[in-house]
This record gives sequence, structure tokens and C-alpha cells, in this order.
Amino acid sequence: MLGLGADRLRADMNRLLAFLFHQGILDEQFLQLQQLQDESSPNFVSEVVNIYFHESEKLLRNLRSLLMDREFSDYKKMRIHLNQLMGSSSSIGAKRVRNVCVAFRAASEQNNRAGCLRALEVLEHEYCFLKNKLHELFQIEQQRVLAAGVRYPMQN
Amino acid sequence: MGLKLQQSHHHSVAAKVNEQMGTKRGYTFIQANRAWIPKFLLLWVMVMAFLSIWIYKKMDADNKVRRKEVLSSMCDQRARMLQDQFSVSVNHVHALAILVSTFHYYKNPSAIDQETFAEYTARTAFERPLLSGVAYAERVIHSEREKFERQHGWTIKTMRREPSPIRDEYAPVIFSQETVSYIESLDMMSGEEDRENILRARATGKAVLTSPFRLLGSHHLGVVLTFPVYKSKLPLRPTVEERIEATAGYLGGAFDVESLVENLLGQLAGNQAILVNVYDITNSSDHLIMYGHQNQDGDLALLHESKLDFGDPFRKHQMICRYHQKAPTSSTALTTAFLFFVIFILVGYILYGAATHIVKVEDDFHEMQELMVRAEAADVAKSQFLATVSHEIRTPMNGILGMLALLLDTDLSSTQRDYAQTAQVCGKALITLINEVLDRAKIEAGKLELETVPFDLRSILDDVLSLFSEKSRNKGVELAVFVSDKVPEMVMGDPGRFRQIITNVVGNSVKFTERGHIFVKVHLAESTKPMVDAKAETCLNGGSEEGVLVSGARQFKTLSGYEAADERNSWDSFKHLVADEELRYDASINTTAADEASQNVTLMVSVEDTGIGIPLIAQDRVFMPFMQADSSTSRNYGGTGIGLSITKCLVELMGGHISFISRPQVGSTFSFTAVFGRCNKASFSDTKKSNAEDLPSGFRGLKAIVVDAKPVRAAVTRYHLRRFGILVEVASSVKIVASACGKNGSSCGSTIQPDLILVEKDSWLAGEDGGLSLRMLDWKQNGHVFKLPKMILLATNITNAELEKAKVAGFADTTIMKPLRASMVAACLQQVLGIGKKRQPGKDMLNGPSILQSLLCGKKILVVDDNMVNRRVAAGALKKFGAAVECAESGKAALKLLQLPHCFDACFMDIQMPEMDGFEATRRIRMMESQANEQMNGDMDEGSARKGEWHVPILAMTADLIHATYEECLRCGMDGYVSKPFEEENLYQAVAKFFKAKPISDS
Repeated sequence: MLGLGADRLRADMNRLLAFLFHQGILDEQFLQLQQLQDESSPNFVSEVVNIYFHESEKLLRNLRSLLMDREFSDYKKMRIHLNQLMGSSSSIGAKRVRNVCVAFRAASEQNNRAGCLRALEVLEHEYCFLKNKLHELFQIEQQRVLAAGVRYPMQN
Repeated sequence: MGLKLQQSHHHSVAAKVNEQMGTKRGYTFIQANRAWIPKFLLLWVMVMAFLSIWIYKKMDADNKVRRKEVLSSMCDQRARMLQDQFSVSVNHVHALAILVSTFHYYKNPSAIDQETFAEYTARTAFERPLLSGVAYAERVIHSEREKFERQHGWTIKTMRREPSPIRDEYAPVIFSQETVSYIESLDMMSGEEDRENILRARATGKAVLTSPFRLLGSHHLGVVLTFPVYKSKLPLRPTVEERIEATAGYLGGAFDVESLVENLLGQLAGNQAILVNVYDITNSSDHLIMYGHQNQDGDLALLHESKLDFGDPFRKHQMICRYHQKAPTSSTALTTAFLFFVIFILVGYILYGAATHIVKVEDDFHEMQELMVRAEAADVAKSQFLATVSHEIRTPMNGILGMLALLLDTDLSSTQRDYAQTAQVCGKALITLINEVLDRAKIEAGKLELETVPFDLRSILDDVLSLFSEKSRNKGVELAVFVSDKVPEMVMGDPGRFRQIITNVVGNSVKFTERGHIFVKVHLAESTKPMVDAKAETCLNGGSEEGVLVSGARQFKTLSGYEAADERNSWDSFKHLVADEELRYDASINTTAADEASQNVTLMVSVEDTGIGIPLIAQDRVFMPFMQADSSTSRNYGGTGIGLSITKCLVELMGGHISFISRPQVGSTFSFTAVFGRCNKASFSDTKKSNAEDLPSGFRGLKAIVVDAKPVRAAVTRYHLRRFGILVEVASSVKIVASACGKNGSSCGSTIQPDLILVEKDSWLAGEDGGLSLRMLDWKQNGHVFKLPKMILLATNITNAELEKAKVAGFADTTIMKPLRASMVAACLQQVLGIGKKRQPGKDMLNGPSILQSLLCGKKILVVDDNMVNRRVAAGALKKFGAAVECAESGKAALKLLQLPHCFDACFMDIQMPEMDGFEATRRIRMMESQANEQMNGDMDEGSARKGEWHVPILAMTADLIHATYEECLRCGMDGYVSKPFEEENLYQAVAKFFKAKPISDS
């Protein structure tokens, strides 16, 4: 039963991943990231993603506070933040977030504040979505590992 | 969401456009008041109408004033005349009165009787033109009546010719002029007017006048003038009584005013125009008319009154003149006003027309401006769109290609492999196209910048040629490159873009050429001109007549013998270039040094092919994007037609221009110029080190003979050999060489003894096969100490049978396949001459992640990235391949870690970092290293301890793989780059360069 559960969890995970790929939320970089995970670093992906979340939330906070500022004009700083976010997003393969960042940056290059605000909202939305989905994924993964862990000694 | 963003972006563009237009739209005065223009016109017309009416009025008033003046002067003139005449007459009557008193009363007996009086008055009548006649009446008192009647013999009668009734006194006429003789004996006192006159006359003692009345006899209007005649001399100041007392009689005269005035006025000019009335105005309420018609016709509006003074203070007269006709409306005033009105209406209309025209033109202009702004915005949007889209396409395409590459690494059946390979090829083609589109968009957006780095033109040409060598060899097309010796070895410019130009043009030629040749020629643009003029015959071996007719077909003196479109590239002109160079070659070093005086060098590159050519109708749109000769072209040959337009842009960016000559079915010759900077020696040697393909110098001083009937081809071969420092002679046929060698051989090599003999396949096949080998045998038998020259066959393509034959004929040594390029020729020569050069460990042999693992295993690698996620991912990826990874989160931290001595084998450096970016960090690291190296060179002991110099390989990590970025990386001392999300193949390629020698020893 437990083995079956692990298989089902794996299937669930694959479905979720397929969905994320299909929706363009993730891209192949995420797969590469997963490939980097092996016995020597079993939690590599979640580790990296957690760093990503931590960093991104900081960046998003900064961006929002920058944009909320009444006499706001520091587009350059904003672009630096965006570049950071873009770089880390493309590193973990968060494609949609990255694309929104591109649009955001375009808006900031035009000093278009309204566009920036809109983009920020979209970005936050995308980010939350991604975070939820990835949490979901990690939960399944954890369950699967647990299930596999239970199964593991049986096989041995 | 992305779409929404895009839209908002468009909105902002539109808004910006509007703003721009708002500011640009400078309203002129006319434009601002455009609604008022018709009103202005109306106002103008009205003002002009008023003005012209005013003018008319003024002129008319002037006329009237003049008319009035004329009238008054005429009237005054008449009045004066009349008055003068009148007073003359009065004076004369006065004189008569005195005459009567003198001769009738003072003389006793009287000297005057009726006859005398009549005669005298008749003869002096001319003196009184206004008087119809004069008469003298005597004062008779009633008491004296009887006596008087008796004395004269007639009774006193009244005016009605009746005997006078009894009165106090009488005034019967005793003398009269003949014209008025009918009044003799009439009592003047019986007439009302006369009586009054008489009484007044004798009281005043002056001439008095009656009011006008109908005269007796003539019934004309007239007045009677009465003068008193006194009996005795009056005292000095007589009283009225004294006057009455002294009165003796009265002299009277009748003025027939009507006819007399008529006469008088008849003498004056202009009497037709005016109407004259004379009035007696003694009684101011009732004017009595003396002359003129009572009925008032003529111009009543205008009249002039003149006072008349006839000498009687009691009576007042006046003359009134008026015009017969009313004043005619003045035609001059009318026409003047009208013309004024018309002219100014026209002027107004012209102004109105001009204003409306200006408004219209300005409107059009604004419209055009708007359209232009819109078009520009659209153009920018298009370019942006293209750039964005192609960028966006490139990302997934890279994914596809990467995955395909991975797929090809797996176990696949042959069919699957074929499919996958096809997909990969297609994908690559697509990427190329996208890159081209991106280039085009960049150029249009003006974002493309050329860099200036030193590069070796010749090696780039070799590279490009090697790209196409496979294709051309399959087609049997000869591909050759020739670079003039005058072209400096290293030039400053953009090698990538130069390569792109050459690739585009040569690629086109290869695509469209099925036979013949493709010939790339580079020389200085300045040297072309004198070359054309140069008629000096050259000293090249081999008659030019040879080879003109081969097997009946016409041969052209081009590279392959096929006709080329541009004759300038044929041998006739080409030999001048070669000859010119030949002359200069000896002193080449000196001359090039002299040439380097100028900063820039303009190169002329021409690519000649013998392909299908460009149809004449399509020739003018060759450089337009997406235009091909016709729609069938892309069907037959593929391609999008964007290449040449990019090429044109690039050439123009390089400060040159591109042109072509093409003849359908003959071929095309594209030629372009480009300006490059000269390279100074310092950077020259620097970059030369990094240049991977350094030409071997082991061939310097060798001698070679090239046997080729086609001089152009021979020149190309010679150019390539010369690059190695080989001295080259050209012979047109094997026989000549053989005989020459034979002779030389016997005379112990007075001229050159060749080390190499390179024979073109065509020349070899053309000559008899046996000949050469026989000669060679001869030569061998001569048994000179010199080693035999190596025989090398040059061929574009060769069949196995021919190869065998060649081997038999003596070309055992080797065959060099064309197109010639330096590295390949060098390799062949090394092989032939046995000059040792150990084979490089071929990188092509190694592949796959296992190799990567072997490369990276145990290496200590520093990853520098400010982005923690990226750092973690990169570290993870590198760790996976067994590397020991350390991380630094900024350029400064990296610098600290890389303080010498350190034990890192490589460094991966992010480019975009805050504070100190990757370029800057690398520059500092390199500086540090070079300082350390200098120190090390100072004391050799330490230097020998650590083998070689400090040079940690630094690889850039970058998200955008733009060529320019890459160049920038190299410039600041980086050794390569990897794309940011690590890809295995990419990583391997980058890493393999540095660790290639080590893995074998390490593992």
C-alpha cells in the first residue's frame, strides 16, 4: 500500500510539474536544478528555492516600498532589484515571474510609474502563485520521500 | 497579464506621441485666428466700402466748393460790371443835369431848346448805355402854370395823356431825347413812382431810383433815374427846404434794365451756364424783380447773392446767380472711389486667399508631422517588437536546441537520430534567421555599435572560407581568397561584423554558384586606381597567350576560367595589382612602416562568383530587406533575403559602401569598402599571443614553384604560400618547370632550387602525364646532392581514380584540397616536409558529462555572484561535476579571496553586480596578477617554484549572449563565458579550454 502511495505521489508530482510547465510557470531550468539534486545534496532544490523565496520576498518588499514612496524617482535602484530578481528567477526556472520582471523593467526604463505599479501587482500575484505551487510540490515531494523512506528498508 | 502589460505600454507610447505633437505644434498667428479669417474679409470689405464712399463724398464736396467759388466769382463779376456801367450812366446823367442848369438857367436867354437837347443827348447816348432815354422836366408851381402853358403853347398832361388836374406844382417834361419824345409835356408828378422820385431827388440832391416797374412805351421792366437841377447855387450845406426852394427841374432817365442787362451779360463768357436775377430789395419782405424770370428753375441748391450799389442809398439792389443745371455727379470721383473699392477688395481677397492657403498648408504640414511621428513611432514599435519577439523566441529555441543536443546524446535509432538531427539543423537555421532579424532591428533602432579590437583579417577570411569549403567542394566550385600584401596583418575593427559581412556575401555566392569559382579579394582601396591606369607590362613568367583557347571553349582569364561579371577582376587588371605588390614585396617592411602614418586604412573587398547572376529587374532591390530576385529564388535556394540588407547596413556602419555588378547567367561581383583602424605595434603583439591560430614559422625561406596555367589562381596559391614566408615562382605548365629544373640542375642551381612543386590539377591533367615523371626521373638520375622537391597536387575536388593516377605520376607526397587556407596548408606542408608538430589533443574527441566530470573533478573553483540563488545553483552545478566550490557574493570579496597566492583553479564571475561589476573585478585581478608576475620575473627562484605565471582563468557568467558582451569580456581579461542558467555543453566548451591539458595527468 505504501509503495503504491509513493507511486501515486510521484504521479501527482509529475502532474503538478507538467501543469506548471504547461502553464509556463516553470521552464527546463527547474529540471536542471532537480538534476543537480543527488545523494550528496538531497535537499538541494528546496534549499535553493527557499533561498529564492527569502531573497525574492525581500526584493518585492523593497520594490513595493520604493514604488509607494510619494516622491519616488529611484528607477535605477528599482532596476537593480529587478535584475536581481530576474537572475534568481531564471536560475530556478521561474519563467513567468521572470517574464513579468522583464515587463516591469521595461516599464521602469520608461519611467512609467503606473506601469510599474501594475507590473508590481502582477509580479506579486505571480510570485504568490509560484510560491504556493512550489510549496505544494515540496509537500508532495516530502510525502513521497517519507513514503519512499518507509519503503526503503522494506526493499533492503 | 503579459498582454495587458504590453497594451499599457502601447498606451504610454501613444500618450507620448500625443505629448510630442502638442509641444511640436507651434501655432502661428494665422493658425490661431483661423475662424476669424472670413470675418476679417467681411470687415475688410465693409471698411473699404466706407472708405470709398468717404472718398467719393470728399471729392464731391471739393467739386461743390469749386463750383460755388466759380459761381460767386462769376456773379461778383457780373454785379461789378453792372454797377460800373450803371454808375457811368448815372454820372453822365449828373453831367447832363449840370449841363441843363448851366445852359438853361444861368444863360439868359436859355441856350438849350428841345432840338439842341435832343441832338446832344442822341449824340452822347453811347455814354449811357443803360439808359433808354433821358428827359428834362421843369418844376412848375401852380401859380405859374398859366404862364408856362402859354409860353410853351401846350397844356400840362398827366401820364394818361389827359390835361392835368390842378395840383400844387407840376413837373412837365420840356426836353426829351428822341427815343422818349412821347413823354414831352407829360407831368412827371402825376406818375406815382416818378413823383416819389422827384420829391426824394430834390430833397437829397442826388440821383435817385424808382422801384422797378413797367416802363411806358416799351413795357419792359425798368427803373427811372431822377436827378434834381437847381436854379441857383446851393449853399455848402443846404437844408432840405433850401434844396426844394432852389429846385428848378428834374432830369430823368429810364433804365430798361431787362434788355440792358441782357446786352451786358451777352458780352460775358459763360452766360449760358448761369442764371442771373436782379432784385430790388428796398422792401426786405418783398423783393421786386428787376431782371430775370420769376419762375424758379435751375439749380436751386446753390446760389450766390451779390450786392449792387447803384448810387442811391435809399434803394438796395442785389444780384442772385445760380446755375442753369444741377451739378452733374462727378464721374472722376465716382470712378476713383469705385476703382479704389475694387482694388482693395481684390487686395483683401488676395490676402484672404493667402491666409486660407497658409492655413491649409499648415494644416497639411501638421497632418504630415503627425503622420511622420506616428510612422516613426510605428517604426520604433516595430523594431522594439522585433527585438523583443526575437529575443523571446531565442530563449525557447535555445531550450529546443539544447534538448535536441541532449537527445542526440542518448541512444537513438538511426531514423530517430536523423529526425532529431534534421530538427536541430532547422532549429539552428531558425536561430540564424532570428539573429539576423534582431541585427536588422538593432541596426534600424541605431543600437548596433561596432567595436574596435585588433583582429587578423586573413585568419577571419580563412575561417569563413573553411565554413563554406565543404559546400563548395561538393559543388565543384573553386573557392579562393587573396589578400593584398599591403593590407596590414592586424587591423582595428569589429571582427564579428566583418565576418558576418563576408559570410553573408560569400554564402550568397556559394548558394547561387554551381560551377566556376568564388573569389574573395582584399586590397587597399587606394591602390585600385593606379592599378587600372598602369599599363606597364609585368615581369611575370608565362605568356599570356597560353591557355586562352583550351579544347575549343573560350577561356577567360579568371580564377576558374569562367567568365565573370566584372572584368576588372580578371587577370588583366589583377596582374597589375600582383606586379605592384611584387615590386614592393622586397621592401615591404619599410613601406608598410611608411603606410602606417595614416590612422585608417580603407579596404576594398570584392567577392566574385560565376553563379546565376541577378536578373536585371531585380538588381535595384537587392539590398532591400526580404527582397529576393524572385519568389522562386527562395524556393530553389532558400534564404530570406535579409542577409544583404544587413550586410549593407553593416558596411555603411563601417564607413564604406557596397555595390555589385551582375550579369545574369554570368555571375556577380559584390565589392565593398570598409574603413579599419591601423593597429599599433604594442597591442599588435599582445593580441597575437591570444590569437589561437598562429601561423607556423617553420617554412620561412623555403622555395616553391607553382605550376598553374591560370595566372589568377597561381597568384592566389602564391599568396597563401607567401604567408608562411615561402618564396614562390609561378610556371604556367609542367613542361616549363621540368625543363627549367633540368637546366638549372645541370648548372648547379644558379637560380632557385625548389623545395616544393605545387601543381594544379588542371595543369597536370592538361600536360602529358608521362612528361613530368620522366623529367623527374631525369632529375633524380642527375643525382644532385639536393633533396628532391616535394610534389604536391592542388585540387578542388578529386576522384579516387585520379588520386591513384596522381600517386603513380609522382604526387606521392600529398594532395592539398582547395580552398586553401593557412592552417590546412600548414598542416599539409608539415606533413610533407616532416616538420614535427605534435598533434593537439583533439577536443572533438572528448564529449559528454563524464568528460566534464573528469575535467572539473578536484578543481577548486570560485563562484562570484551577488545573487544568492544564482550562486547556489552555480555551486550546485559545479559541485555535481566534482569541483570544490567556494562562493563570493561581490567583486570585492572575490578580490580578497583571489589575493596571491591562492589555490583556485578557476573563477566564475557574474558580470552584473552592484558596486563592482564583473569586468571591473576581473581587471583588478589581472592587474594584481601582472604585478605579481613582474615581481616573479625579478627573482627567478620563486618563479621557478610555481610553474608559469599567475593567470587564473576567469569565466564570465552572463544571461545575455550578445556578441558585444563577449568581446567586452575578452577585453577586460576574461577567458570565456558561460550562459547563466548553466548548460552542460556550454559549460564544457568553456571549461575545456583551460583544463584540456590537465585531465589526463590528473585523472
